[in-house]
Amino acid sequence: MDFNLKIWRQKNAKDKGHFETYRVTGIEEDASFLEVLDILNEQLIREGCDPVAVERGCKSSGPVSFDHDCREGICGACSLFIDGRAHGPDEGVTVCQLFMRHFKDGATITVEPFRSRAFPIIKDLVVDRTAFDKILQAGGFISVRTGSAQDANNILIPHEQAEESMDAAACVGCGACVATCKNGSAMLFVAARVSSLALLPQGRPEAARRARNMVAKMDELGFGNCTNTRACELECPKGITVAHIARLNREFLKAKFSE
Amino acid sequence: MADKLISKIPDGPLAEKWTKRKSELRLVNPNNRRKLEIIVVGTGLGGASAAASLGELGYNVKIFCISDSPRRAHSIAAQGGINAAKNYQNDNDSVYRLFYDTIKGGDYRSREANVYRLAEVSGPIIDQCVAQGVPFAREYGGYLDNRSFGGVQVSRTFYARGQTGQQLLLGAYAALNRQVAAGTVTSYPRYEMLDLVVIDGQAKGIIARNLVTGKLERFGAHAVVIATGGYGNAYFLSTYAMYSNGSAAMQCYRRGAYFGNPCFAQIHPTCIPVHGEQQSKLTLMSESLRNDGRIWVPKKTEDVMKLRKREIKASQIPEEDRDYYLERRYPAFGNLVPRDVASRAAKERCDAGFGVNENGLAVFLDFSDAIKRLGRQRVQERYGNLFDMYFKITDVSPWEEPMMIYPAIHYTMGGIWVDYDLQTTIPGLYAIGEANFSDHGGNRLGASALMQGLADGYFILPVTLPDYLSNKFFEPKADTNAPEFEQTEKEVQARIDRLFAVNGKVSVDTLHKKLGNIMWEYVGMTRNEAGLKEGIKRIRELRDYFWENVCVPGTQYTFNQELEKALRLVDFFDIGELMAIDALHRKESCGGHFREESQTPDGETKRDDKNFMYVAAWEYKGEGKEPVLHKEPLDYQFIKVATRNYKD
Repeated sequence: MDFNLKIWRQKNAKDKGHFETYRVTGIEEDASFLEVLDILNEQLIREGCDPVAVERGCKSSGPVSFDHDCREGICGACSLFIDGRAHGPDEGVTVCQLFMRHFKDGATITVEPFRSRAFPIIKDLVVDRTAFDKILQAGGFISVRTGSAQDANNILIPHEQAEESMDAAACVGCGACVATCKNGSAMLFVAARVSSLALLPQGRPEAARRARNMVAKMDELGFGNCTNTRACELECPKGITVAHIARLNREFLKAKFSE
Repeated sequence: MADKLISKIPDGPLAEKWTKRKSELRLVNPNNRRKLEIIVVGTGLGGASAAASLGELGYNVKIFCISDSPRRAHSIAAQGGINAAKNYQNDNDSVYRLFYDTIKGGDYRSREANVYRLAEVSGPIIDQCVAQGVPFAREYGGYLDNRSFGGVQVSRTFYARGQTGQQLLLGAYAALNRQVAAGTVTSYPRYEMLDLVVIDGQAKGIIARNLVTGKLERFGAHAVVIATGGYGNAYFLSTYAMYSNGSAAMQCYRRGAYFGNPCFAQIHPTCIPVHGEQQSKLTLMSESLRNDGRIWVPKKTEDVMKLRKREIKASQIPEEDRDYYLERRYPAFGNLVPRDVASRAAKERCDAGFGVNENGLAVFLDFSDAIKRLGRQRVQERYGNLFDMYFKITDVSPWEEPMMIYPAIHYTMGGIWVDYDLQTTIPGLYAIGEANFSDHGGNRLGASALMQGLADGYFILPVTLPDYLSNKFFEPKADTNAPEFEQTEKEVQARIDRLFAVNGKVSVDTLHKKLGNIMWEYVGMTRNEAGLKEGIKRIRELRDYFWENVCVPGTQYTFNQELEKALRLVDFFDIGELMAIDALHRKESCGGHFREESQTPDGETKRDDKNFMYVAAWEYKGEGKEPVLHKEPLDYQFIKVATRNYKD
């Protein structure tokens, strides 16, 4: 398969940035989208090192920087906006699990970073998502000391409840929800953590503080408000639903009333 | 120098060793802890749990990770589960049995005392994780559920769907976040350790590169903990994450830390087969699938040929024409034999001409019996996400046709040599989790990596490290203007300058793939003397070629992923060479290390306990010089060393 890749290039946080278009050919349909970027980078490195091409006026911006790591859909590092959608056209996957058979041969594919006020661009397609760490540091934990836990089977949790908690805990922290939301809200991300813990009996004594602090931190870091457009759940690669946002709202309200 | 290899294993009965050691270890008073600084490199299960626990005790911890967040560490990708000797299933499990299974699974090449301690702390790990809110699978009554993994006959594996590693890491990461908020831990995301600083023979800090600005920075401390995982990416194609690397381990090795059993690498039997030249990584299908999936290839060559030409589908081959070769060869354990055994058995069938995909390098993992027996709903609950993942990658539904699988590099049992306290041969330098060599011998059992990472980080290091620190609180932390820091930074800078100066035309990935091919061919699933010698020769040639032809575009002072990869590849050459040297010297087969010269008539591993019952600890002697072998004898006092048997 052959493609034209229209890719956002930006040298650093201060650079204005622009699109460049490249052609890649001979792509296997079982190749993943990130493998196509690997192939493109091979090509760009070759061209950049080729004195003949340089003499002809080839001004290579060098290989394209992009975040990626596990390449099996679980680390949440990859963060590409492809043809206007977070993680591209396939449903329920991160970019590393997006395969080229989902594209039309010969297509022009537009690739941008996740854009949001709270995720400044570092270079090309790489963004800074440390804001997510900061939200979790504000309360996304249960304060149990190492070694002070009781026997695990002393805490009984009904099967369905554990499963629902797991549904929310499946969040990979990629930021697709934020990049998709027109307000740049991190509500689905915050909800995933709060809801996962709220469904469990552990950690209840600090539940009110958790919800209050995490929401306050989210606001402080420049994420927008939730206006219930539900775009986030459509693009979440792990299928986390807005039902968890409803649970976060309940936790938050309870916290407010308990003040 | 052999006196450096003091394992510090306490005397006394096996079950009392850890208790005894704990009572001997010196403590640090809470007021003095805040004067002590500890560097932790790596944020997987080991690093995150260690940093969180040490921070909680009141030490000043700095934690470094090469990704944008600690949560990306590759522990996140572990699927199947974590072992613990809880005996919740009442199937006569015990600490002793978990210990015994692990030693046997490791083919009698791990330390008795370490493994027993691992089994001892396995239970509290589960307690800890549940208290943190890890949503492990539950039975309808609300109790924790378990499943089985390879090499054992009990159900002791706890799991959270096919995302156990993710959930455990998010638990450790949450504990870490709590300490960051408390101010005891400072997190340095997008920083990469590039060297260890040793002053007066003790580890005193690191040189790290800020991956965003590209600047080299110096960090001093009273102790350094390496938790950077394994080095399996020397093979290029593996189930490791793309960023996983062995560089921190190699830097420590070059500064004097011995490297233990480098040739022990695990090849996992159930991975999605290689599909083409453009592939960047291999995807694991959890071992838990072998609980209910049955592995087979056709009995008849004509069926194989038709499958390869896609004239028939696997489901059309009648039961009597299928060879369930694991059930046939190993009736007692069947599809749940250990990984090394299952991998070699797959290779044996494929080499014999029964591989089922186009290039003949795949076998079937079939769920049709399980779906009939349990119903679609139960199978969905147990393996739904793995089935989806397989479908996404291959475009074939495991509900209709069996999966195709083939072995791939997955884990390294070898690593930095450590004593019982997890201290390396450099005082003040510790290694935990997959980065050390200590617990898995020649082969790791499934669901034991998560157990070891968390055992080291939550329960062992926070107890042993204070012993070293107990007389350090009156010393200020290392001055980063000291000549040793100056010199080490200069050497790192020289390495970077040298890479840019090559100005060649060949990309780092191209050369990494070449190294991977050499490793897979000569230091792969089976090894022999001639091949290993050839492998070493080729690795050395490729390294020379690299230093003349590599292209590292861009500059140092920018976010530069090509430079990162080039620096890691330099270390992979050295690791690959060291693996081959170790494999060449170990003329026996054991666990995942299969020397063709040493096998039984029916093709099983043949150990040579008389000559090789030891840990091979390699000492670095300088660039271009042969490393020196030191031996730590393995003295089995409590377990009867036997031939591993999974047949009856």
